[in-house]
Amino acid sequence: MKGFLGKRAIASAISLVGLIILVFFLSRLTGDPTDLYLPLDASQEARENFRNIHGLNDPLMVQFGRFVGDLARLDFGMSIRRAEPALDAVLRGFAWTLQLAAITMVLVTLLAIVIGSLAAFRVGGLFDRLATFFSLIGASAPDFWIAIVAIVLFSVNLGWVPTSGTGTPWHWILPIGVLFIRPFGLILQVVRGSMISTLSSAYIKTARAKGVKNRPIIFVHALRNAMLPVITVIGDQAAGLLNGAVVVESIFGFPGVGKLMIDSILQRDFAVVLAAIMVTALAIFVMNLLIDVLYAVLDPRIRY
Amino acid sequence: MAATDTDAQPIADAPHPARRILAMLWRDKFAFAAALFLLLMVFCALFGPMLLEDAATRQNLRGRNAPPFDFSKPWLFWLGGDALGRPLLARIVVAAQNTLMVAAGAVASSLLIGGALGLIAGYTARLASQVIMRLADVIMSFPSLLLAVIVLYMLEPAVGNLIIVLAITRIPVYLRTSRAEVLEVRERMFVQAAQVMGASTRRIVFRHILPVIFPTLITIATLDFAFVMLAESSLSFLGIGIQPPEITWGLMVAQGRPYLTTAWWLSFWPGLAIILTTLSLNLLSNWMRTALDPVQRWRLELPRSRK
Repeated sequence: MKGFLGKRAIASAISLVGLIILVFFLSRLTGDPTDLYLPLDASQEARENFRNIHGLNDPLMVQFGRFVGDLARLDFGMSIRRAEPALDAVLRGFAWTLQLAAITMVLVTLLAIVIGSLAAFRVGGLFDRLATFFSLIGASAPDFWIAIVAIVLFSVNLGWVPTSGTGTPWHWILPIGVLFIRPFGLILQVVRGSMISTLSSAYIKTARAKGVKNRPIIFVHALRNAMLPVITVIGDQAAGLLNGAVVVESIFGFPGVGKLMIDSILQRDFAVVLAAIMVTALAIFVMNLLIDVLYAVLDPRIRY
Repeated sequence: MAATDTDAQPIADAPHPARRILAMLWRDKFAFAAALFLLLMVFCALFGPMLLEDAATRQNLRGRNAPPFDFSKPWLFWLGGDALGRPLLARIVVAAQNTLMVAAGAVASSLLIGGALGLIAGYTARLASQVIMRLADVIMSFPSLLLAVIVLYMLEPAVGNLIIVLAITRIPVYLRTSRAEVLEVRERMFVQAAQVMGASTRRIVFRHILPVIFPTLITIATLDFAFVMLAESSLSFLGIGIQPPEITWGLMVAQGRPYLTTAWWLSFWPGLAIILTTLSLNLLSNWMRTALDPVQRWRLELPRSRK
């Protein structure tokens, strides 16, 4: 297990370093922030001054060296736009995203497992066909479209929930509801498929022959084995949410890391972009490790 | 060899492959409807701009945000008009071209590149494989929004460049799948037999391994087509994809957003077009998973049992 962890950490670290280098240099290609932050009629002097303050006049390699040096001291640099350390802004946004992703994924996982297992129990039955059909629709729905249709329906016309922002629990309902749909559809299909093949295996037939009731067969005997492929998909979906649900977050004005990322990219706030990438990459790495551990817990045959 | 023919039932001639596929498609009514709908969309994409380009761009300020289902108007206005009085139905038909072309281009190129790299990574030495896999990790964790901004800022936001952005982000999907499949297939007996008989690496990879993993790749590509369409729509919706006056369905949803409370149909219909197309692709991909799998295919070929 230890050797496996080490290998995984090294592979991830290599990828992260490559990613950081690539992002650092490529993002500089998108233009000079000076034009964005100073008024059009700013004097040449003011422009030079701005560039000097933010170190934009140095050669690219010098800037990169400074970035790496600062990073070694866990200093992610200052945000140009917000005049605060980039890491602070990112961690604040990430805390919001983490809550949103965690609540959504818990709901998705519980409901998808229960409904998917029940659907697999009578393949081709009415419940199964309904579940399959709605999960397919869910998996095909563009989230930005669902989001604005939901706003018109539930916020504007019915007035049940606020349109955007945060503050009360009511603000969370629409973003969670919209983010819920696609992972739910995808995971439900995987649960169903995996459950169908598990239910037809020999040990389940043995249990049936011994007179075990239906519910314990599904939720005690079969579920544990059927979960293995499901966990992979849950991990993928959770990683997508941790990366920040950019579209949903910006439609609902949710101050998460996805919205922060797109804003910083458009505002050429490179320090924040890099810090956001590193924080989310670390989070996804930790989550993937947890999933591997979960594999080993669920299936004692898996040893790393 | 001929001794197996002792049972009473003579084996009929195998039907023509195309007929066989059609029969299997007919067995799954959802997949059949999906295939029909996709054909219609492809038709719109191919001929829509030619036939309706004029109607789709002609402004008519008296028909601004014309409500849908007003059947006294010409049929192009049955889904309503947009903020400049252009008929939504015509615009959706015309936008099908860009929407489908971007998705098709991105899926085809990522399938080609990713599949080839996956074959190499699965079949060759460890070092090359390691390099390719780490590269895939980097691409996978590279934020696609940033990539889009970079490429579209340096080049220009044209259809071709959008295809490049989306293709790059989807390469790892095919790479990982084909590598995993190759790793499994190359241990099978027939590959070892080919190796023992002295087949060249190229022959083994292309004649023996590729045909086995190809159905999986095609099934994934169908599913991925839907995903890429959604990704393109999101980019266009955020304003960093296709730029007006070019149109895609995602851009149409974005353009209708300011009028949501007064004219819901501006965003609703293009969104519905996206949903129906991705839903059809999902249904078709589900069917393919069965139809292309020799072990599962019988479910679509046996006569329906009477329950």
